[in-house]
Amino acid sequence: MRVHVLTDTPPEPGVLRPALVLLLLMTLLLGLIYPLAVSGIGQLLFPQQAGGSLMQRDGRVVGSALLGQVFKGPQYFQGRPSGAGSSGYDAASSSGSNYGPTSKALMERIAGDAERLSQDQPGQAIPADLLTASGSGLDPHISPAAAEYQVARIAASRGLPADRVRLLVREHTQGRALGFLGEPAVNVLTLNLALDAAGRKDATGSP
Amino acid sequence: MTANGWLQILVFCGIAILLVRPLGGHILRVVEGQRHGLSRVFGPVERLFYRAAGVDPVGEQSWRGYALAMLAFNFAGFVLLYALLRTQQWLPLNPQGLPALSPHLAFNTAISFVTNTNWQSYGGETTMSYFSQMVGLTVQNFVSAATGIALAVALIRGFARRQAQALGNFWADLTRVTLYILLPLCLPYALFLVWQGVPQNLLPYTEATTLEGAKQLIAQGPIASQEAIKMLGTNGGGFMNANSAHPFENPTALSNMVQMLSIFAIGAALTNVFGRMVDDEKEGWAIFGAMGLLFLLGVGVAYWAETSANPLLQSAGVDTNLEGKEVRFGVPASILFAIITTAASCGAVNAMHDSLMPLAGMIPMINMQLGEVVIGGVGAGLYGMLLFVILAVFIAGLMVGRTPEYLGKKIEAREVKLTVLAILAAPLCILGFTSLAGVLDVGLVGLQDKGPHGFGEILYAYTSAAANNGSAFAGLTANSPFYNTTLGISMLLGRFAIIIPMLAIAGSLAAKNTVAPSPGTFPTNNGLFVALLVGVVLIVGGLTFFPALALGPIAEHFALLQGSRY
Repeated sequence: MRVHVLTDTPPEPGVLRPALVLLLLMTLLLGLIYPLAVSGIGQLLFPQQAGGSLMQRDGRVVGSALLGQVFKGPQYFQGRPSGAGSSGYDAASSSGSNYGPTSKALMERIAGDAERLSQDQPGQAIPADLLTASGSGLDPHISPAAAEYQVARIAASRGLPADRVRLLVREHTQGRALGFLGEPAVNVLTLNLALDAAGRKDATGSP
Repeated sequence: MTANGWLQILVFCGIAILLVRPLGGHILRVVEGQRHGLSRVFGPVERLFYRAAGVDPVGEQSWRGYALAMLAFNFAGFVLLYALLRTQQWLPLNPQGLPALSPHLAFNTAISFVTNTNWQSYGGETTMSYFSQMVGLTVQNFVSAATGIALAVALIRGFARRQAQALGNFWADLTRVTLYILLPLCLPYALFLVWQGVPQNLLPYTEATTLEGAKQLIAQGPIASQEAIKMLGTNGGGFMNANSAHPFENPTALSNMVQMLSIFAIGAALTNVFGRMVDDEKEGWAIFGAMGLLFLLGVGVAYWAETSANPLLQSAGVDTNLEGKEVRFGVPASILFAIITTAASCGAVNAMHDSLMPLAGMIPMINMQLGEVVIGGVGAGLYGMLLFVILAVFIAGLMVGRTPEYLGKKIEAREVKLTVLAILAAPLCILGFTSLAGVLDVGLVGLQDKGPHGFGEILYAYTSAAANNGSAFAGLTANSPFYNTTLGISMLLGRFAIIIPMLAIAGSLAAKNTVAPSPGTFPTNNGLFVALLVGVVLIVGGLTFFPALALGPIAEHFALLQGSRY
C-alpha cells in the first residue's frame, strides 16, 4: 500500500506562492500560448474558416457563408425573422427573441409576418421557420419547404423559369450531417449569390 | 417526435457510454501520477511549474490544507479576472475599443467564471475584448474545470483510503489535470471546430456590404480555442451572446453532436475513475446508471413536451415551435442539447430556453435543481452525486435499523450532517433570492415576459446561478446591480458552500478504517441501489422545488392550454 505523506504547510507563504505562480504560468500557457497556437495552426490548415468564412463578390466582402443577412427585395430568398440587434441580422449583436410560449408580443410578430408572407402563396400554410426567429438571430438557413414556398415569387420577379430556381435551391441545400444529424437546410446567402450570378450570365447571353 | 430524432438521441447515448472507460482510465493514470503517453510531452512543463511555484508534488495535504490551497488559487483567479475586466480598455487586443466593465458586472462575471458557472449578464461580442476572452475567460474555463476534477478526485480518495490523514496535493492535481487531460483534448478539438467553420483570428470586426447594399458588421475573434474548453470543461460561457446557437460557435449539426458529447465526456468518465479507485468498477457504473436513468427521463419528457401542440402558435399557423431554434439543428438536436447542458452544469445553449414550451423548459430547471448530479459539471457532478449516495445509504440504514456503510466505511452523524448542509446550500439561494426578486421592484424591472413565464425567468436565473450552470431564460435582463450582486452571491454559495462540507466529509472518511461486508450490508453496486438513489434525488428535489415550479412552468402550461396570453 502506498504511503501518503502529510505535509501541511502553514497558510502563508505556503499557499500564496503556489497560488500566484501557478495562476501566472497557467495564464501564460492557456491564455496566450494555447489560443495563439490554435490561431496559427488553424489559419495554416483552414484559412477560409479561421477567417470567418467570408464571401466576396467583385473583390468586396458581401457577408459570411455562415451568417444570415437581411433580404427584403422580392427577387431574393428571405431568411427567418431575427432578434439580433434593433433591425435584425446584426452580426455584432447576436440574440434570439427570447419570447416565452405565451408571449403576446410573439403572437403579434407572427401575425404581422404571416400577413406579409401569405402574399407569396395565398391560402397555403407558411413553413414554421419563416415565422419564428432563430436562436442566434443570424441563422444562415431556411428549411427546404421555406425555400420552395418562395420559389414562385423569385421566379416571377427575376423572369426565370421556376424549375431553374428550384435547381439552384437544390444545389444550395445541405442534407443532414452524416445522414441523420440535424435537419436539411438551405443557405440563403449562397443561394442568393447564385441567383444573382445566374441572372448576370443570362444578361451576357451565355447559358 | 420522429424516428430520426430518437436515432440522434440513441447515437449520442451510445457514444457517450463508449467514451466512459477509455477516458476514465486515462484520467486515473493522470491523477495517480503514473506515467502515460503524454508524460514525455508535457512532463518538463509540469516539473517547471512545480519548481517555479515551490511545490513538492509528493507532499500531500489534509482536507483543510487541500481546501485552503483551492480557495487561495480561486481567490487569486477572481482578483486577476476582476482586474482584467475593469481595465480592458487599456489592455491590448481590443480592436473594437470596448470599454471597461462596470464594477457589478465585472464582479458577477469574475465569480461566474471562477466558479465554473459562466452565467453571462453581458453579450460577448458587444462587451469583451479579445484579451479579456483569451487571457481572462479562457484561462478560468480551464482552471475552474481542473479545480472541479481535482476536488472530485480528493473526495474519491476519501472513500478509497483507510486511516489516512491526507487527500492528495491540490497543486499537483490541478497541474496534472490541466496539462494532461484538458489541454491535450482541447488542442485537436479546437482545430476540429475551425475545420467545421468556427473562426479563430484576432482581426477587427469585418464590415460587409450585403447583397442589398446594407452594412453588416461581422464580429469574429479567437472563438475556437475558447469554444473547445467551454464545452469540455462544462463551463458554457459563450464567446458570442447567442452561445452555441451562433453559427460561428456551432456551425454544423456535426459540430453540434461533438459539442454535446464533449459536455458529458469528462463528467461521465469520472464515475469510472471512482469505480476504479475504490476497486470495484461496478460501483462506478451504478452511479453512472442512476445518472443515465435521470437523464433519459428528462430527455423523454422534454422531447414530448416540446413536440406537443402549442394552441397559441397553432392558431397563428405555426405547427412546430422553432422560435429560438436554428434550422440546421431542428427540434430534436435542440432539445437534446438543452437537457445535456443543464444535466451537466455546462450552460451552453444551442437554442433559446426561454422560448421552449413550458414543460420542456421546466426539465432544464429540474435538472439544475436536483443539484446537477446527472453527469453534472466536471467533478462537481460526481461529488454532488456522492453526497446523495451518502444520503441514500443513510435512509436505507434507517429503514433496516443499522449504521449505514458505503464501500466499507461507516457513515455516521458527522458525515450526514455535513451532507445535508451541502445539499441545502443551493436551494436556500434559489428559493430565497427568487422570492426576494419576485416582490422587489429592482427584481421585476428586468423581466421581459409577464405572467407565470416571468416568474419562471427569475426562478431559472437563480437556479442556474446556484447550480453553477450558467444557462438562462434570457428574456431576463440581469445586468443590473441587484441581479449581478445576488446572482454572484448565489454562484459563490452554490460552489463553495458545497465544496467545503464535501471536503470535510472526504477528510473524515479517509481517516476511517473499512469494515468487512457482512450479510446485513446493503449492496451498492446493483439495480436496487440505483433505484433507491434515483428515488432519493427525485424526492429531495421534488419536495424542495415543486411549489416554485407550480407557480412557474406548470401554471404556464395550463394557462397555455386555455389560450391565455401575457
